[in-house]
Amino acid sequence: MNLTPTTHPLRRLLLTTAALWALALPAAHAQSTPKIAVTASFSILGDIVRVVGLERVQVSSLVGPNEDAHIFEPRPAHAKTVLGSQLVVTNGLGFEPWAAKLIRSAGYHGATVVATQGVQARTMKAEHGHGGSHQEADPHAWQNPLNVVVYARNIAAALSRLDPAGAAQYQANAQAYAQELQALDAWAEQQFGAIPKDKRKVITSHDAFGYLAARYGLTFLAPKGLNTEAEPSAKQVALLIRQIQREKIRAVFIENMNSPALLAQLAQDAGTTVGPSLYADALSAPEQPGATYVQMMRHNIAQLVEGMKRN
Amino acid sequence: MNGVWDVLWLPFAEFAFMRRALVAALALSLSAAPLGVFLTLKRMSLLGDALSHSILPGVALGFWLGGLSLGAMALGGVAAGLAVVALAAAVSRSTVLREDASLAALYLLALALGVVLISRQGTQLDLLHILFGSALGVDREGLLLVAGVASVSLLAMAVLYRGWALEAFDPVFVAAHSPLQRLRPWVWHQSFLLLVVVNLVAGFQTLGTLMAVGLMMLPAVSARLWSERLSAQLPIASLQAALASTSGLLLSYHFDTPSGPTIIGCAGGLYGLSLLLSPRGWWGQRRTRHRTA
Repeated sequence: MNLTPTTHPLRRLLLTTAALWALALPAAHAQSTPKIAVTASFSILGDIVRVVGLERVQVSSLVGPNEDAHIFEPRPAHAKTVLGSQLVVTNGLGFEPWAAKLIRSAGYHGATVVATQGVQARTMKAEHGHGGSHQEADPHAWQNPLNVVVYARNIAAALSRLDPAGAAQYQANAQAYAQELQALDAWAEQQFGAIPKDKRKVITSHDAFGYLAARYGLTFLAPKGLNTEAEPSAKQVALLIRQIQREKIRAVFIENMNSPALLAQLAQDAGTTVGPSLYADALSAPEQPGATYVQMMRHNIAQLVEGMKRN
Repeated sequence: MNGVWDVLWLPFAEFAFMRRALVAALALSLSAAPLGVFLTLKRMSLLGDALSHSILPGVALGFWLGGLSLGAMALGGVAAGLAVVALAAAVSRSTVLREDASLAALYLLALALGVVLISRQGTQLDLLHILFGSALGVDREGLLLVAGVASVSLLAMAVLYRGWALEAFDPVFVAAHSPLQRLRPWVWHQSFLLLVVVNLVAGFQTLGTLMAVGLMMLPAVSARLWSERLSAQLPIASLQAALASTSGLLLSYHFDTPSGPTIIGCAGGLYGLSLLLSPRGWWGQRRTRHRTA
């Protein structure tokens, strides 16, 4: 181990440069060392695998940027992607119920890893269909940057088992990423900390932010349940409008793949406007502000803080 | 007395979204429910469902070209619905296939095309939420659309009522005696289908597919149980649709249930009552049988 885990800015710079080279010259690298083909279930995981594996891995995500994993339907091309890979990374906690079926039906027998292994899972009330509700695990664990440290560690361990020659590098990459994530966490804490606790309230159309809320002491109110398909009742909408008016919440956000119509209308009724997109379950397209996990979190947090300042 | 007033009126007085949902649903009740009566008369009760699928490619295309614009999506939906209806009519006039068979074939193809178009757009958006409305999310634009469509439909119905009624009961007679014989009987039929498509699309875009088809068909079916006269069935259908909309919204408000399904559930309740108690339902039939026996 010549790469000791110290915070040296030069080393992070080197890693970033390496990542840039990996992006810029994929063909040249493919010739020198055969890359490990990794399939991630969705775009955020794909980004984490890319950061941990850098030039030693070739990552594809089944659910791409701006796509909704809740309603994803695997196509034959996805089965082919899974079959052609040496490692399949899933989030777990029930986020991608289709993944096990896809792996089985594709006849994939390679390595798999559940990225949330060892993460302290939160539970939340999930609405099922009309009326029924029960407690189930909240799968959106990546909304707390410290959980992503665990994600990266799990992925590094899985990659090391497949490719022992690269083990030291995977550990080092995961370690460097952990420092970046801790810096992100500290920044978020300082950003939210500047806002009085009773003003840290936000309304959004999809409650994927349970882990973020728990980490930084925020309150998220939503007109809909955990899944996108549950239709709200008139009572819920009425209660929410009353709540917005009573608690004077101006921070209203639409998540990147949900129905804007209902929320925009609700916000207008309550006398406020709708903030810009937050990226909750998927990265944005490359040219938009949430193209990597860290960028996505920074974008979300900045927008949330901006909204809460108006409360 | 005060309590009753609070329960029935306060939700609408306090919340604009309740008022908008009510007005949109009432407008749809006025125009769509009578059209539903004609559909049941013509034995085309399932047309609404078929059309709800066939407009998908048009809505998707409208979304593609015009973005999240109600006008573009509604226009696309109407165009796709009309294309399917016209194609089905053309097929049934020139081959041995009947109109319902051609419709079944075509709406499936349209649905498939719609799904392909949507998956081509790169993002796999939550379609039903993006492309169709919901009862509680009716905005100004949607309200204007439904109200406009309802007004035009009522006027058209007043003008075309006699032709439609004749055509529904006795197409052969219309073919022989139509005052506008050069127009051919299928013109009556097509003008009727045009209105059905426009009403359904307006309903889909503002209130959602379930609400649009449900408010059109359920009250129409139960209205036919109350009277044998078409002129009575039409207002009875509208009345039941309006009653179901109002009570459904209030129930959804007080008992915390999803609005669309609750309104349709109320229409279903009225249908059940009609089945049991109406003169042409179970009770009425029993009484006539006893009398004749």
